[in-house]
This record gives sequence, C-alpha cells and structure tokens, in this order.
Amino acid sequence: MSDTFASEIAAVAQTFAGTEVPTDPGPPTGDAVSKSRQASGDGLSDHPAVPDGPMTMVAAINATLRSEMARDPKMILFGQDIGISGGVFRATDGLQAEFGSDRVVDMPLAEAAILGAAVGLAAGGMVAVPEIQFLGFSYQAMHQLAGQIARFRYRSGGRFPMNITIRAPFGGGVRTPELHSDSIEGQLTNIAGLKVAMPSSAADAKGLLTEAIRDPDPVLFLEPLRGYRGIKGPVPYGEYRVPFGSARWATSGTDVTIITWSYQVEVARRAARELAAEGLSVGVLDLRTLVPLDTSSIIEAVEQTGRVVIVEESAPTAGFAAEVMAVISEHAFWSLEAPPVRVSGFSTPYPVGMLEDTYVPDVRRIAAAVRKVARISP
Amino acid sequence: MPSVLDNEDLVAMHCDMIAARATSDRLWSLQRQGRIGTIAPIDGQEATTVGAAHALDPATDWIIPQYREPMALGRYGPEIMRRFVAWAIGHPAGGHIPEPHKVFPPQISLATQILHAVGLAWSIKLQKQPGVVLVFFGDGSTSEGDFYEAGNLAGVLKVPVIFVCSNNQWAISTPTSAQTAATSFASKAAAFGIPGVSVDGMDPVAVYDVVDAARDRALAGNGATLIEAVNYRLGAHTTADDPSRYVPDDELAWARERDPLVTFRRHIEDRGLWTRDLQRDAETAAETAFDEAWAWASNLPLKQTELFDHVFANLTTRQQAERDALHDHLGEPR
Repeated sequence: MSDTFASEIAAVAQTFAGTEVPTDPGPPTGDAVSKSRQASGDGLSDHPAVPDGPMTMVAAINATLRSEMARDPKMILFGQDIGISGGVFRATDGLQAEFGSDRVVDMPLAEAAILGAAVGLAAGGMVAVPEIQFLGFSYQAMHQLAGQIARFRYRSGGRFPMNITIRAPFGGGVRTPELHSDSIEGQLTNIAGLKVAMPSSAADAKGLLTEAIRDPDPVLFLEPLRGYRGIKGPVPYGEYRVPFGSARWATSGTDVTIITWSYQVEVARRAARELAAEGLSVGVLDLRTLVPLDTSSIIEAVEQTGRVVIVEESAPTAGFAAEVMAVISEHAFWSLEAPPVRVSGFSTPYPVGMLEDTYVPDVRRIAAAVRKVARISP
Repeated sequence: MPSVLDNEDLVAMHCDMIAARATSDRLWSLQRQGRIGTIAPIDGQEATTVGAAHALDPATDWIIPQYREPMALGRYGPEIMRRFVAWAIGHPAGGHIPEPHKVFPPQISLATQILHAVGLAWSIKLQKQPGVVLVFFGDGSTSEGDFYEAGNLAGVLKVPVIFVCSNNQWAISTPTSAQTAATSFASKAAAFGIPGVSVDGMDPVAVYDVVDAARDRALAGNGATLIEAVNYRLGAHTTADDPSRYVPDDELAWARERDPLVTFRRHIEDRGLWTRDLQRDAETAAETAFDEAWAWASNLPLKQTELFDHVFANLTTRQQAERDALHDHLGEPR
C-alpha cells in the first residue's frame, strides 16, 4: 500500500521541513504547571547538560530505540522496511546492522500481521515495538489494535500484559497521497486499553518513547511527519523519561490558553509569537499524552485565563478536542470567561495535497480563534 | 494404528471426548434454563480437539483455542474446564487461565488468534524455548484476512506453529461450498510455502498422528504446518441457532453415523480396551467433573467494581475517579 510512495514522501517531508524548521524549546523551562509533573520531581534541574547540541526528532527517536534495544535483550523492532532500509523516514537507520535481523525485522506488507504478531510476542514475554509505516494504514489492523491488543490484559485477567509500543507517523503538510496524513488520535483514544503519546519536541520524543517502551501496557507512539526533521532541539543526555499524563507549558501566557499536542504545538507557538506583537499574551499547553490525560493541568490552565482555544489536526466531530471541551465543561465551567473554541480539520476525509493547507490548522486560523476568544466579554 | 499411542492413551482420549460431550450437553441445558449465556456446543468436534491436544506436551506446548475447544482440553488439566465454565457464566475470572497452563482464553473475533499463535511461536523461537504453539480455528475463519496473513507470516518466519482448521462444514449457516472454491482448506498451505494436510477429524488417532508429525517438524526447526481436520458439526452453531433451517436431514444422518463418541468407543471395545461398565464410569466421572467446575465457578466472588481490574497495570487518574464514583454509587465495600 504505502511503500510505493513512502520514500518520496520522506524526501518531500525533508524539503517541507526545511522551509519551517521551528526551534524546539527542548525540555520544559521551569514554567510547567502540572501537579503531577511537579510531584514526580521531573524538574529541569534533573537534566544533565546536553553535550551534542540540538537533535531532530527523528534522530532522537533513533537514538532512543538504539539505547532501549541495548538495554533490554527482550525488545524487538519489526515493521515494513525498517531493517536494511532503516525505515522510510530513517527512524530505525542503522539498527539492524547493530542488533541483527532477528531483532530488527522487515515484515511482510500486512498491518494486521504486524499487530497480531505483536500480541503473541508480548504474551510470550517479549517487548514488542512494531512500526506501522503510516498511521492511516492502521485501519487495516484495527481489529487487532482495538479488538485484541487493547483488551488482552483485561480479557486474561492480567495474565497477558501487552508490552507493545506501536510507532506510527501521521499528520499533514507534506503532500502525501491518501491515508498517509490522517490524524486519527480521536478514534484511538476512544479505545479503552490503549495509551496514546504524541510528542511535540525532540526531548519529549526521547522521554515519552522511553516511557512507552518500559510501560507494561500498549502505547501508540505517534510521530508527526513534519516533525521528524522539522522539529529540532536539545535532548537530555542519558536516561530520560517523561511520565505519562503530565502536560507542559510550551509557552506561558496570561490572556488566552491554547491547548494542543504534537506538531500543532509548534504552530500554536508561532501563533502565540505573532499575537504577542498585538499585545496578547498567549500560553500553549502541550498535552503530550492524550491517554492518560492530564486533566488537572487543563483545569489549571482554564483557571488561569478563562479563555481557551483547542487545536487539533483531525476532523472535529467527536475528535479529541471535543474531549478536552468536555473536561473543561465538567470541571472548569465556572472559570470560563468565554466559550472555548476549537480549531480543527474539517468534517471531511483528509484531502489531497492541493487542499491540505486549508484543512490543517495554521497560524492564521489559530490566531483568528485566539482573537475571537480574547475579545468576548463575560 | 500407529505404535506411538498405547492402550492407555486411547482410553484417555476417549475419556476426554466423553467429558467434552458431557460438558457441552450440561452447558446447553444450563443455557436453556437461563443460567448462562450463549454457548457453542462441541458435538462432532471432540475427536479433532482431543486428538490434537494429546499430541502436545502441556509442559511446553501452547494451545490457542477459538471458543469450543476449551471444553475438550482435559489433557491440559481440570483448571481449563473450571475457567471455561466461569467464562460461560460471564465471570471475569473465566478469561484468566493461570500459570502454568499454556492455554489462551477463548477467542470470539475469529481468525485473530491465528496471528497471535504466530507471534507466540515467534517469541518461542527468539527465546530458544522448547515447545510449539497449536491454534484452532474453523472453516469460516479461513475466509478472514488474518488467516492468510498468519499463514504467510509463519512461512516467512519459519516459526514452530501448528494451524488446525477444524472444518465442521458449517460457519453458522454457511456451508463450505459458499466459503471457498478451493478443493480443500489444506490446499491453501501452498500459498504460504508450508505443508498442508487433510485428515479425518472424526478419528482422534488420525488427528493425533498428523499433529504429532507437525510437532516434530516444528521442533526440528522446519516451521509451520496447516492441518485441516474434516469433521461435522452434529449440533447447532450455538444455543441461539436453529440448524434445522439449513442442515439437510440426510447429510446430518450420514454424519451421525460417524459420531466420534460412537465410532471410537466401538474401536476401543473391539480392541478389548473398553466395556459398558467403563463407559458408565467415564460418563459418571465426566458429570462429577462438570459438577465440580460448576460449583467452583458459581461460587466465585465478584464485585461490580472489578469492571476496572486489569485494563492497565495501574489505573489512570480518570479510571480511578470513575471507579471511586462507581463505588459510591453502588455502595460496595472498597
């Protein structure tokens, strides 16, 4: 399905990334608000110096996979074209040469086989880290993902935990053919039994991927296409884990709060910079993981500004932004100064290349939503 | 008759088949009394399941069942039956088959378990463990994509797995002729580059022999085998099904002549291994075993908040909040 276009997309992704290259802020800069984060002691001071300068997100992922493979002999990487080719985005570059073809395995072109085999590997005590070449193709394995991986621990009364981390690129902006760009996190978070991690920085890619691999339960680790080389930043050296369910402030601000995740954190930060010039102080809360969700940080964020914009790349109908809205309605309603606003894709299939810049939220749409929310008087 | 099976084995297989049929009958009747939910009887598939299980070593070899087989796995110990009865009742403990029993919980989403078997066999190969994985599925399941993906992957990875297609001729009301145009289900092995063999699935010894050979092959590092065990579903698909609407009377009468509980009994009687008294004793033992399993399963404690057990290793904050609210709502002790 996907491999025909995959290498071209990888090349295009690089080209597009070259035009944006946002600078990643790296690890949180002390303005993290999450109680769970503070409670975990995961402060900046814990981070040793970064010796090698900034890394792209894909380099951080590659380095993390390498160190986790070295650490745990039960870990196995498998997927389409991940071995000798190093993955269509080179996320697994060099790993087969280092760990051998028994542990870094090129799989037949069958998504259900990849995720179905993961169930058996995990039941047999392995740490399974499969790659789905593009998240949209996980539809061809949804019965294994939703019907099996998500409920095998539950069904077996805890006997068969599913230590599986499914890596998959997703997201728009690189002119892919159909189904290579879809953001389906809203659908995935609706499946009880799966965790969903969506890093927005190179540092978080390392911290969340490490956490995902060591988590005894299944985690979808979703990697933004545009972020692979478009996001660059310092990455803590050595052991670095970001606990799940701990949002972070990517940017702090006092007038309006943007809540988002993954690559849209970068877009939202650019919008915040633009709005700062107009005198609006806009904070960006990066959720980092959608399951588990850091609801207390969301509530605190609403309490701070009372004005919220939620940004997602997917269709809005029953998307994850709707879930964030529900959390706000249930737990922070009386702190609101204005009705929250969503900036989403549209209730259409993800479109072809010449329409995608309209579909995917951009600085203009986000800024317009923020201005609207900021103007409303209670 | 192969020399590998001694008289004791033949008798043990017959006893397991009697236990399977008795369990199936008792569960059917309990469903009709409204005491358990939908259940799929095993009538006609006892020889396939029992013959295959007896070719395995419960200490090293895994069985991944669909949803009928657990009642015929006496070889893997009485715990399997206890858990299956709990599963039929709808108790969450029914899916928990404890260590060291190498049996998966029943599978409802058909053919998905074939891929699990390949993955498990892969883990055995990677960890250089002894043993094989045997997976059961039906004729209908061979139409699912997962069957083809699993067969293909097993061929490529050369893992120690045995695919047993229990061809009972019917996928609910759909006959095999509407399921495939292939000459046999075993012939599909050609697409995977693995051997495929059809066997009389109403004869436990015949099934034993082919599974035994497939196991030797797997243990020698030669990979997977597809076995089609040809049997006949003598009863309904499930308690919710009415086979008189679609199973031809003459065909069913023909199949009943081949009922493994009748033919195999005759076989061991002819060999002087079995008598009417032994038959009566075995039937009584089967009823007693079921009574014990039923008593165990019906007396399992249950709190409604067990709803949240084993979703994850640790509850998320949200799950914790939901469970606390449910505790308060139900007034259950914490």
